[in-house]
Amino acid sequence: MSTAVVNVNRSLFRGLNLRQKTLLIIGFTSLLLLAIVVSSLFIDGESLSTDFGSKNLAPSLEHPFGTDWMGRDMLTRTLEGLGLSIVIGAFASLISAVLTIILGLLSSAGKTADSLVSWLVDLALSIPHLLLIILISIGLGGGAQGVIIGVALTHWTSLTRVVRAEIKQLKTQEYIHISRNLGKSKWWIATKHILPHLIPQILLGTILLFPHAILHEASVTFLGFGLSPHEPAIGIILSESMRYLSAGYWWLAFFPGLSLLIVVLAFDLIGENLGKLMDPKNAHE
Amino acid sequence: MCLKGENISFGYKRNNLILNDVSISLDRGKVLGLIGDSGSGKSTLCKILAGYENNYQGKVSIDGKEVLTKGYNPVQLVFQHPEKAVNPKWKMKDILNEGSNVSQDILDSFGIKKSWLNRWPNELSGGELQRFALARALGSETRYLIADEITTMLDAITQAQIWNMVLDIVKERNIGVLVVSHEKNLIKKLCHDVVYFKDINSVRHY
Repeated sequence: MSTAVVNVNRSLFRGLNLRQKTLLIIGFTSLLLLAIVVSSLFIDGESLSTDFGSKNLAPSLEHPFGTDWMGRDMLTRTLEGLGLSIVIGAFASLISAVLTIILGLLSSAGKTADSLVSWLVDLALSIPHLLLIILISIGLGGGAQGVIIGVALTHWTSLTRVVRAEIKQLKTQEYIHISRNLGKSKWWIATKHILPHLIPQILLGTILLFPHAILHEASVTFLGFGLSPHEPAIGIILSESMRYLSAGYWWLAFFPGLSLLIVVLAFDLIGENLGKLMDPKNAHE
Repeated sequence: MCLKGENISFGYKRNNLILNDVSISLDRGKVLGLIGDSGSGKSTLCKILAGYENNYQGKVSIDGKEVLTKGYNPVQLVFQHPEKAVNPKWKMKDILNEGSNVSQDILDSFGIKKSWLNRWPNELSGGELQRFALARALGSETRYLIADEITTMLDAITQAQIWNMVLDIVKERNIGVLVVSHEKNLIKKLCHDVVYFKDINSVRHY
């Protein structure tokens, strides 16, 4: 995918340097995602109301994504669902990032704490991911709250591993030893030497958690364990449309699915390009 | 007034010692050379003397007193690879002043230019970085300097420049220097006294 992106860059924004291009891509994709969230907030209930006069319409200019079996406009439902998904993804990855920071710092505190953290990571990884999300969200009574907490509590593992390994590696660096020999305290070293190395990792990890969280939220909802059916989540739209696919109403699944894919790829693109900006080798160029 | 390591034994594994019963002493104002083969444990001894390594047997003391692990260590170690001794995310001026504010005199005598201070470590060469590492290590509270192959990767002219500057400062401030190298000619030129590592360490590496 990355080579394709590079090719597009070359033809689309000739004359800009790499830094400007990456910034442009980040800005554009962020704007797209923000627009989805904002527009989903301004959708009133009326446009989602049923209108049996215009049910099962194929995509047209008036209804770009078509309408469903109750005459609801699919574009509106898709936007609403994506907005909800992005908000849930944001909550989940923020909570995951906070957990990661806490556990990462804990792991650097001592040997016992470190084994405790690795044990927790191993424990969380030993249960199939989707199963764990379903268990937690059912245990918390389901609904939006259950899904958010379920998704949040299961995505910190990989990032925690990365942060823990990074801290371990940093602590063996010569400049850390020198700093100690120059009379600096542990806290001073942690905040001045180690933290600047961790911030890009954590920021990038958090953004790359987004697509994971969104897809997991959608799949749990699709399976029927997540949000309640009246909420226009992407997973619910997709699972409902499955019943109508065989009747030839392809647009019910196609456009929401495509939009979900675009949103996920947009997050991936942001993460990838931010990574380029923050890579220490490229950052100072 | 001397830094003493007495009966130091060390091994990364219990039954595989690298240092066995090594004793060494370094007086203030003296420049002592330490010559040994690659992999014989010179750097390990340096790390122990400078307090980088804790799991050793024996005693390291300054004027008979044990070296405190907290606060500024009067024994400063400078490494062979200066690019590893600086945090790549820091600007040079922050690196330089990490221990204490380095005076303009030292900057001048090491030939550190003002324009270097606003650069990142990857924008300076090894010789330039090593000057920073030395200036940082030669803070006002430094009493002993351990130079672990600090000029091995530099060309002869830069080597000579750097050592001249170090020797001037060391003489002026009465600092004891341990020069570690396997280049005998360099050591003969610099040092008042020479110790052969194989004479003080009974472990043989084949």
